[in-house]
Order: sequence, then C-alpha cells, then structure tokens
Amino acid sequence: MTVGVLAVQGDVREHVRVLERLGVAVRPVLRPEHLKGLAGIVLPGGESTAMWRLMGPTGLGDALRRELREGLPALGTCAGMILLAREITNWPERYLGVLDIAVERNATGRQVDSFETTLSADGLGELPAVFIRAPLVRRTGPGVTVLARWGEAPVLVREGRVLGASFHPELTGDTRVHGLFLELCKERR
Amino acid sequence: MDKGTYRVKTGFAEMFKGGVIMDVTTAEQARIAEEAGAVAVMALERVPADIRAHGGVARMADPQKIREIQEAVSIPVMAKVRIGHTAEARILEALGVDFIDESEVLTPADPFHHIDKWAFKVPFVCGCRDLGEAARRIAEGAAMIRTKGEAGTGNVIEAVRHMRLLNDQIRRLQGMSRAELVSYGKEIGAPVEVLELIQEQGRLPVVNFAAGGIATPADAALMRMLGADGVFVGSGIFKSADPEKRARAIVQACTHYDDPQVLAEVSTGLGEAMPGLAIEAIPEAELMQHR
Repeated sequence: MTVGVLAVQGDVREHVRVLERLGVAVRPVLRPEHLKGLAGIVLPGGESTAMWRLMGPTGLGDALRRELREGLPALGTCAGMILLAREITNWPERYLGVLDIAVERNATGRQVDSFETTLSADGLGELPAVFIRAPLVRRTGPGVTVLARWGEAPVLVREGRVLGASFHPELTGDTRVHGLFLELCKERR
Repeated sequence: MDKGTYRVKTGFAEMFKGGVIMDVTTAEQARIAEEAGAVAVMALERVPADIRAHGGVARMADPQKIREIQEAVSIPVMAKVRIGHTAEARILEALGVDFIDESEVLTPADPFHHIDKWAFKVPFVCGCRDLGEAARRIAEGAAMIRTKGEAGTGNVIEAVRHMRLLNDQIRRLQGMSRAELVSYGKEIGAPVEVLELIQEQGRLPVVNFAAGGIATPADAALMRMLGADGVFVGSGIFKSADPEKRARAIVQACTHYDDPQVLAEVSTGLGEAMPGLAIEAIPEAELMQHR
C-alpha cells in the first residue's frame, strides 16, 4: 500500500517519517501523475494560500479534487484541513471543498499564542497536540463526526474517509491519528 | 496549555519548508507577496539594497509600519531586530510579530553577544556563514537558521558559499569520533552538545533557509538544489521591473526546483532583474555578512 503526501510546501518530511514508522510506502505528490494508484493522501501543515498556488499551474488541485470526490481517503492537518474544507469563514477563497466544515483561519491567534496541550479523542484516547496559528472548525455538516474538541471547538473531525485536524499530530511522535488514517485507507481497498 | 515551547517554535518553522519568505516595505507589497504564494513576509522600512545605499544606522522598523503589514495579510509576518538588541525584540514580541530575524542587515547593537532567544515566546531566525555560527545561534535558542549570503547585492555567490561551507562541515562531522568532535567544536567555535545533535541527525536540528543575493527563479532553485529548505528574497522582488510576476515565478521555482521544464517556463519574460553588485566592488567594512 502506497500513500501520498502532498509535497508542494509545508512539513512534508514530518508526515513521511510518521507514515514510514507505521510501515507504509510513501510517495511525495507534486504533480497530477503522482496521484495514480495511491491508497490515500496526507495534506500537511504549511501555508494554505501558498500550497494552493503551487497546485494550480500543474493542474494538481483539480486532479486531487476529482480523486477525493471519487473517495480517495485523506488526512489534512492545519493548512491541510483548510484545503479540504467546504468553507473558510474569514477568507474569500475555497480550495478542495470535500470536507463539510467551515473553518476559521488563524483562529488561535498569532504565533505568540501558539501552544501545545493534551486532547481527549474518541477512540484514540489522550493525544498530545501542537496548535500553530491554528484553524478552528466553526460549523460541521450533518455527515461530520467530531472526534476531539478544544474547548467548544471541534479540532479533529471525520466525514467518511476524510479526516481533518486543527493541530499537528506529525510533530509529537504519536502515531495514532495517522494510524486511524491508514485504517481508512485499508477499508477503501 | 503551554505557549512558546521550543517544539511550538521549531514546529512553526517546519511549516515554512519549500516556501519563499519575501521582504516587503508596504501593505500593498505584502498583499502582492501573499497573492504570489509567499509563506511569510518580512516587514521592513527599507529593503537591504536601499539600506546599503542609504548608509547610516539601520534599526528595527516603526511599529506603525509593522501593524499596517500585519493588517494587510493573513500569512505570518516577520520583522528584523539589530543583533543583540533585546529591547527591540521585546517590542516586536509585544506587537505580535510571528517570527523575529536577528539580522546582520541592520546595524548591530551589541558588540559582544546575540540575544538570549530562550527568554522569548516568539521564535527567532538567525543568519550563519558556517557550522560554527549556526551551532552558536542554535545554542542561544534560534528556532530557524538561514545562511547569510550578502544581502542587497542580487549576487548569489555568497549564499552559495555559505550553504556549501555548511554542508561540507556537516559532512565532515559524520565521520568524527567523540574526541575529534570536541576539538572540532573548539576549532569552529561551536558548542559540543549542538554538534552532537547535528552529527546524530546528519543535518541542522532546525529548518535552514538560504538568504542574501537571491534575485531570480533559477537562484531560488539553485539554493534548493544545494539543500536549503526554502529561501528568503529581500531586494530581489521589489527592486525588479515586474514584482508580481517575479514573485510568482520564484515561488513556483522554489517548489519545482528539480523540474527544468517548470523552471524554463517561469523564468521566461520576467523583465529586468534587480541591478546586481559584484562582491569585490564592496569595501570590506561594508560587507554585512561579517557582522
């Protein structure tokens, strides 16, 4: 089983490291042809505006949206979740639009307010979580399950085989969120 | 809930990887940078080429300038302080600047020490010319490193020199015994604990960008080929004939650095690059990299 990591910009290496520890083959995705035959794709942290502009010229954005609509499992962390979201409350753009949530960009504030904490996630237990200028989920559609919250705000959500996280599981050395993602990849196959 | 931890600082720097950080002096330029796909902007009073031309003492930007730029964009905003100027850094932290560059482009404030960066919640990036300098800055708490190059010249040779030196020294470290490592640390002025970490990982323990003289998409690609995680572009964009187009092109080149077709395409028809400076034409005392 090979999973992809969107590799146009962001903390690609950290995701690759976690996935390899879990024993799957990983392919960096820079161009549309890299999507072929993937069991799932991770959209890493980074700057969502930059990542999208790096997906446009090669046609990767459109190709990835098609794959996701056809059921390709995905995990988006931080900026990756923004790329997946159907709506962004404080930004005029919308990207892949396959996860039925509304997110607010930079909802936890500037970098001096970035933090680490522990979350309690359904089915995964206590999770260490790093929030960096993090987006928060402000609305969830009827098909969306909330797996963890920080205060009132959902910060780990699932719709079908698509997962979105406000935080960075790839920065903590904990593999459970990626483990859940790989379960979804196996289910589809 | 813990704010300002080292993991939060270095983790933030990881998010910049593969990206371009652009110097901007106005809200309008900041919007152009964001629209082009910059991962962050550096808020400045003057770009390095103008600092060089202007002479005198270069200081932290006016907080009003920084606020204007913070309000204009949604991407992170960085700003520069003078080397060792802890008070300027406290001001930038209070303004909510996302990253502080303790920079040789401004006139140094402390002839003896750099800032104790562990004492801050906001992360710092510092310049280096070689492994010794990088290791000292990391020991002081820098969450990100950039090779210095020679800012404001539009001449990439010093950026290449510093990246090659750094790579070469990291490679040499790999084969060293503990005893050799200690002598090497003494030779290059690097703390042994940081060198051990670098030896173990085979790379710097923090993100490393290239800076100082990058003016074209090909320059950005070259620095990525040499192992830079991303690039800072100072004067190269807004001192060129068509900043919008050049900014977009450098962003694409930084990601697709090993795809010559993309590089050829984005390098086409960009208009005049910034005027360049030969390093030999700069009096020794005016070189910023020695600061």
